[in-house]
Parts: sequence; structure tokens; C-alpha cells
Amino acid sequence: MVHEWSLADALLKYVATVYGTNIKTLRLRVGVLQSIDKEILLFSIRELAGLHNIRVGEVVIEEEEARFKCSRCGYEWTFKPEEFNSETREAVHFMPEAVYAFTKCPACGSRDFKIVKGRGLEIAEVVKY
Amino acid sequence: MKGLKKNFLVLSSKGGVGKSTISTLLAFYAAERNLKVGLIDLDFTNPSTHIILGVNPVEVTYTEDKGLFPHKVGGLSYITPVAFTKDLPLPLRGESVSKALLELLSILRLDGLEYLVIDTPPGLGDEHMDLMYKLGDLVKPLVVSTPSILSLGSVKRMIHLLKEANVGEVFLVENMGDGKLVELAKELGVVYLGYIPYYPGFDKCLGSLEGLRNCPIRGFFENILGKITQDA
Repeated sequence: MVHEWSLADALLKYVATVYGTNIKTLRLRVGVLQSIDKEILLFSIRELAGLHNIRVGEVVIEEEEARFKCSRCGYEWTFKPEEFNSETREAVHFMPEAVYAFTKCPACGSRDFKIVKGRGLEIAEVVKY
Repeated sequence: MKGLKKNFLVLSSKGGVGKSTISTLLAFYAAERNLKVGLIDLDFTNPSTHIILGVNPVEVTYTEDKGLFPHKVGGLSYITPVAFTKDLPLPLRGESVSKALLELLSILRLDGLEYLVIDTPPGLGDEHMDLMYKLGDLVKPLVVSTPSILSLGSVKRMIHLLKEANVGEVFLVENMGDGKLVELAKELGVVYLGYIPYYPGFDKCLGSLEGLRNCPIRGFFENILGKITQDA
């Protein structure tokens, strides 16, 4: 079991604290930068919800492309994790900010860029029963 | 972190006072006493604990099982960001440091540990705010200062902030000193743990486990260790 389990654990603890333990719909956005396995994430959410007595109805997981914007020249680009070898992809999987060690702006070469979207796991919507 | 006996957050708003050295050696010597200790390096843009331990960044591996289990250095459980960057430069703006920090802390498996030592970068920035306000009383701040007036001015401001944040007991370690900060600790209402003297040959202790084990000033670290582990 990879670290989707710990992401699901942190997510459910947050959801239970903020929204309570009766959740009708949990809509999540998963950025491709972190290469999260959606199936494993869903499985982990279901298992952990059962363990912690959190009622979770529908879980929707949407994928979001990773967009970067250069803070120096303003160039925006779509990042594809396939550009990295498996070792680097794994490093970014655990710590998405590691991407700053391996990527530069394709237009001006600056490492000062922003991850505009698609970094990792985000809660898009929570609907309570 | 709740299940651990004590978590120490090693801090100083002034750079170059020896935070990483104090963090690493306290953690390493504690592990040598067979205590179950973890060391986390949260200085994302300028990590150095691996240099002190003599760990090659490319050899750091984590075990995955529902999260990340630390790398082992002798008996020490060790987490460093160089495992993810392979020691390449990692330029990060404050917001990114904050995100990396929270990500890492949320996926770590600390099962079986008794103590945790967290090394932090200098300053009073995003990561310090996160650690102080989000971790709250889960951690005990251990402030490092040299006796230099340059360090003291900065450290007094940090202690003021920690007191204001109601974090509970604050510890002070005097580095490259001779014990003269005892009075200041009383004045500031913090717990003085002891001092590490200035030792010109200290660099020779760094970079290998044997060097650390045989370091002539190890006893000063052991004294501090005795105090912070005695009532756990």
C-alpha cells in the first residue's frame, strides 16, 4: 500500500473535524503532478471511513492537469509527469515541491515558477447528509 | 506525534548558530542510548543534517507502508528532503515551503518512536508559523543561541513570539558558549538546558558516525540529553 493511504487518512480526519461524520458526497480533485493512484486512494478512503466510523456516501475523484506559470517571464505550460523518470516521479509523488529541483521554465530557464493547478489532492466539495 | 513522549522543535531565528548540529547530535546520541528517536530535517532549501551524519543523499530510501517509514542511520530514524531532491538545489518560495512541510508531516509514519527532533531553517517565516501554530503543544521548542549579541537580539524576539503563542515550556541551548546564558534564560523565563563549548576541531567530528561517536565534546550533548529525557 503506497502513501495514498496516509493521504486518505489525513483527508478523512480533516473532513470529520470540519464537516462531521455523515458525508453524503465527497468530491476530490487530484492533480496529476503527484501521480496519485485514484483506485488506491478510493480504496483507502472506503477502508479508513469504515475503521473510523465515518459515513461517506458518494466519492467523486476528478483528475486535474498540472499547469505551471513562470514568475519571471509569465510563460504558462502544462506539465506531464511522464517527462520524468520513475525515480524522479516517485520523489515528486511524495513531495510535489521537489519538482522545483527538476524543472525550469521552458521559455526563459527560470526556476521561479508557480504551480497554478494540479499539485495534488484537494477537496472540491463536501455535501453533508 | 501525539503518541510520542516528546517532540522537540529546534529553532533559532538567527542563522549559523548550530541548529542542525545540535538537532543531529542530540538525536544521534539519543539513538546511541538505544532510545527510539527520529530526526526530521525541515530545512528544505538548505538541508545539512545528512552532511553531519555522513549520509549520501542518493542512498536515502524510505520504506512505504500506508505512509513513509524513515530511513535508518544506525539506530536513528531519519527523514531528510535530500532523499527527494537528490541534493539538487531546491529554490522554494515561502508558500511552497509551507506546502512541502505539511505534505511531509502528513505522510510520515512515526510508529514505535519515543522522541522526535525536528530541525528547522533559520528565520521567522512561513514554516515557523506553520510549526508553531499548527503543531502547538505537540512540540517543545528548543531554541539555540550563541552568546554573540548578534544571535541574542534575534533569539529574544523569537522567544517573545513563542511565549505569546502559549506553546508552554521553552528550552534554551547555548552553543559555542561557556554557560553565560543561564542568567538570560532566567530573565526570559525559559529552561536553560546547558551549553556546548566552542571547539576548534569540531569539523573533524562531522561527516561520519565514528567521528560523531568519538567527538571530544560529546559529553556536553549527553548532559543536555540527560535533562530532556529524564522525566519522560
